[in-house]
Amino acid sequence: MPMHVLVIQFSGSTCDRDLVNAMRNVMGWNVDFVWYQEAQNIIENYDAIFLPGGFAYGDYLRAGIIAAFTPVMKKVKEIAKEGIPVLGICNGFQILVESELLPGALIGNETLRFSCKWTNLRVETTRSSATNIAKKGDVWKIPIAHGEGRYYLDKVGLKQLNENDQVVWRYVNDEGETTKEANPNGSIENIAGICNLEGNIVGLMPHPERAAENIISPFNTDHGKSYFHSIENFFRRK
Amino acid sequence: MPEFLAEIIIEGKKNARDPEGETIMRDLMIKHGYDMVDSVRSGKILKVKLEAKDDKDAEDICFNMVNELRIYNPVAHVCTIKIVK
Repeated sequence: MPMHVLVIQFSGSTCDRDLVNAMRNVMGWNVDFVWYQEAQNIIENYDAIFLPGGFAYGDYLRAGIIAAFTPVMKKVKEIAKEGIPVLGICNGFQILVESELLPGALIGNETLRFSCKWTNLRVETTRSSATNIAKKGDVWKIPIAHGEGRYYLDKVGLKQLNENDQVVWRYVNDEGETTKEANPNGSIENIAGICNLEGNIVGLMPHPERAAENIISPFNTDHGKSYFHSIENFFRRK
Repeated sequence: MPEFLAEIIIEGKKNARDPEGETIMRDLMIKHGYDMVDSVRSGKILKVKLEAKDDKDAEDICFNMVNELRIYNPVAHVCTIKIVK
């Protein structure tokens, strides 16, 4: 049986169809692409829940905050407690943070610009639902496209995040090193993605759905597939 | 009930870099002769008109609202409420 997953579409989601394409046509999954008001009624039926990228509610007040208060996010919180994989990409990550499903904040890029380019992500832990088929230290080429992607957490929170093995990816250079130049948005400690303590909820600023086919990668890579294969493996072994 | 105007100011915590404020200071103010400017912090202001019993009540309503609805993210921001009239 192929994975049966839900992509929740908010008013202002823009990367939703890219995600559906990658999961349906590359992974061969059974994907339901559903408006958020309808999604809250059917959310119990899925193997994984995806919050796609974009600009939900125009990023008004703060990216992700208004979507975080929609009734469907209450349901997402309930589902997440059961251990179902919940994945947020870009704006989806911002929604997870603003829903307090993940710690921290995503604030304006240090460059003050919307940044759209390929980045290198080093896998920091393999216990998350999105990295469990990878090896620690693997470097994935995955593009970013965001204006508010600077991950921030205070010192105490950051210490806990590291000690609890919740940092999933960091931005690195071609040699796999965390340098200032490799950090596209000024994220603290080059953090690109994190997970919750249990590892089933994962937020990532870059877009694996845009890196799952060699034909759309300038490097002829398909590292985004590792993200999706990991989610499937995480679900199957539960 | 009387009407009040509240100013809700959201700004980044001091230890989080504010590149917008830095750029406004460096590339606008100082470059154009205002080199006495020592620091600039950017932020966001919400002007909220609301009905309340008195100043204290208006402030309490705003305080509860900003916390309940996460008008600011306490990890990255500080929020101040001023009842201006």
